[in-house]
Amino acid sequence: MSESRLPTAVELDGDGAHPAAWRYSGRAPGAVLTAGALREGVAAAEAAGFTLATFDDAPVPPSTGVNAAGRLEAGARAAFAATITERIGLAPTLHVTTTEPFHLATQLASLDHAGRGRAAWLVGAANDPESLATIGASPLAPEELRREVRDVVDAARLLWDSWEDGAVIKDAATGRFLDADRVHHVDFAGARFTVKGPLITPRPPQGQVVVLAPAALELGARADIALVGGHDTAALGERAAEARETGTPLAFAEIEVLLGGTDASAAGRAARLEESAAWPDTGRFRYVGSAGGFARLLRSLAGIVDGVRLHPAVLAADLPLLAEHVLPALDAAGLHRPPATGATLRDALGLPRPANRFTAAS
Amino acid sequence: MTEASTGALYDPHARVHLGVFYTGVGPQLLWNDPSAADHVAIGTFVEVARLLERGLFDAFFLGEGLRVRENRGRVHDQDVAGRPDAITQLSALAAVTERIGLVATQNATYNFPADLARRLASLDLLSDGRAGWNIVTTDNAWTGANFRHGGWLAHERRYDRAGQFVDAVTALWDAWEPDAVVATGEAKSWARPGSIGEVARSTDLVDLRAVPTVPASRQGRPVLFQAGDSDGGRELAASRADVVFSANTPYDKAVAYAADLRARLARYGRSADSLRILPGASVVLGDTPDEAVERARWVREEQMSAPRAITFFEQYWGTDLSGYDPQGPLPDIDPVEGELDPSRGTIPIERRTGKLALIARWREQSEQRGLSMLELARQVAPGHPAFVGTPSQVADEWVRYVRTRAVDGFNITPYLIPSALEDIVDKLVPELQERGAYRTAYEGETLREHLDLPPLNP
Repeated sequence: MSESRLPTAVELDGDGAHPAAWRYSGRAPGAVLTAGALREGVAAAEAAGFTLATFDDAPVPPSTGVNAAGRLEAGARAAFAATITERIGLAPTLHVTTTEPFHLATQLASLDHAGRGRAAWLVGAANDPESLATIGASPLAPEELRREVRDVVDAARLLWDSWEDGAVIKDAATGRFLDADRVHHVDFAGARFTVKGPLITPRPPQGQVVVLAPAALELGARADIALVGGHDTAALGERAAEARETGTPLAFAEIEVLLGGTDASAAGRAARLEESAAWPDTGRFRYVGSAGGFARLLRSLAGIVDGVRLHPAVLAADLPLLAEHVLPALDAAGLHRPPATGATLRDALGLPRPANRFTAAS
Repeated sequence: MTEASTGALYDPHARVHLGVFYTGVGPQLLWNDPSAADHVAIGTFVEVARLLERGLFDAFFLGEGLRVRENRGRVHDQDVAGRPDAITQLSALAAVTERIGLVATQNATYNFPADLARRLASLDLLSDGRAGWNIVTTDNAWTGANFRHGGWLAHERRYDRAGQFVDAVTALWDAWEPDAVVATGEAKSWARPGSIGEVARSTDLVDLRAVPTVPASRQGRPVLFQAGDSDGGRELAASRADVVFSANTPYDKAVAYAADLRARLARYGRSADSLRILPGASVVLGDTPDEAVERARWVREEQMSAPRAITFFEQYWGTDLSGYDPQGPLPDIDPVEGELDPSRGTIPIERRTGKLALIARWREQSEQRGLSMLELARQVAPGHPAFVGTPSQVADEWVRYVRTRAVDGFNITPYLIPSALEDIVDKLVPELQERGAYRTAYEGETLREHLDLPPLNP
């Protein structure tokens, strides 16, 4: 099976990327915190054929102003989605600064087992005073943060390899459930923490959970997918090329999208949302216009970036338009296909299953 | 018995509450049987959770792994090992179950309170009020070697931390006023101004400032379970828990424990009815009494094989005993004191002290009765099934336990997944129902309701 040429991720957090999205969700504002809303969102994303769903998160409320202040933890949301979906990849944002690296690695490995090889991790690096205060700490200096992000990713990747494939042998003759030579201490020493290992969870089905990270974190080969911003296609292309030069295999464009049947109807929707709340510039590409125009834009990005992550302004309105008009157009152009049932996320992305560093070393 | 039957603590209408505690690892789980399910596959967990729903169980508990168990510095290779993160797995199960309570064992030592509170609250909302938290503590540096904090917490302070930790977590769960979120998108703001509070703590054991992002679920908050049996653990249970997962399973111990706990509850101004007692229980059933005894013998022999007997004694001798014959006598050498690191994860805590006296006692026992290492291990190692009999016999026994208020039910530790649980659901549960001591349909929807716990104070 060949991978998509423009694999397409969708951010499913809250009611959408626009701060006022909750006013246009078509349901009571508090419903966003229910199992039913999550069930509907992931089912719609999977039915549309998206390669991957991401779940944004932070240790602090999404808004401290008039907009949504509630959000369920992303790892729990992704795990909930794992048993009610069969094809779509699942990527929660987990922050390296406010969690235990060992727990984080365990949670992601468990998500990969629960999703039968469809887990990814969107690396978060919250470093504002409010986020750090939730663990009784203070923000890190830029160099400290840079090191911490790398340390936690390295520790997680080591831990995912700490059980070799086939470590569980169930050998009745010798009474051994596992082969102790294939389950390893990792003895990781970072700047601010150490981890002995091994992980409590056997190696994830994908070998290594897929790691997505904003390009600004400069993770190089530590990440599988760099998320790049830029206000025009030229900027997206430049940043994608830069990310690949640092060793990240794939670069996905970050695109905020607000659609209409026509450019005018999309502009009308944008204006109404704008009356409720401004949509701050996050450095991502932003498209406001017709669904047909958006499909043309995405086709033009194939070959410039390796994939896209879409941030629908209002999930209730934009997700159906993406499903009905945009993904089918990419499919027709031979640029995208829904992931196959039973395939792993790595399969869908064309990423190889990595060799285990402990196996390789022995 | 007669005293208890006629005393104030006899309740003819008492019902048995059942949970399953699935550790997912350890010596009690048989892996060497063709019917043993894949212990990591999500399908196994889904199958078990749905089986328990069919059996109208209150809860499905998962254990917590903080470090893979070891023997003399190497990963212990004879027992089932490797398991998922509890909250992740239970969140996955929440999507494909409807009634069963989902309880995560989570440590109050090696977690951040606000992070854990948020994860548990999310599970509680996603399951629509079916989450529980089994609160445990850990003190040792061996386990701490996987965590930022290392072995920072002294043994005697672990329950100080746990108490403060639980208080911070429950404050976070309580920080949203009811109906904090507005009814329509036309309102001025998503939440009513001032309806979501901030929680701040600043002691040497718990330090945080956080505005929680998750409101209360239908059951108010996750049900609090407490599992430690020390004085500090019992105080934590009496002051804060909704359910104790007790280690006092034998009847006399259960009665004494219940009395002790009720006295402690009174000191905290709590009613006896505000706390459920569910001791751990291993159950071996057979269609006849003889068959049950024979099956229990088989389970014991499988659980304590010859290689495991050697490993069992290695934990006490602290040295390689692989050259000794499990069919022969105990090693004539002295234990290696220096290597018997008490913080190693493999020795139950009550056995970590007095090991020289213990070994002397074992020598005497095996010499007097002519026991081999293997035979001795099968006798002295923990894990003997608490209840062995026909479904009818075990049902009678359990009804006596609950009607005399010694316990409110049991938290079953299965030895074989899923067949041992299928027998309980299909054979033991109907016997309990016939005796009027078990529900015939779920009456409530939340875990708190399943447990017949009083509603939380508004």
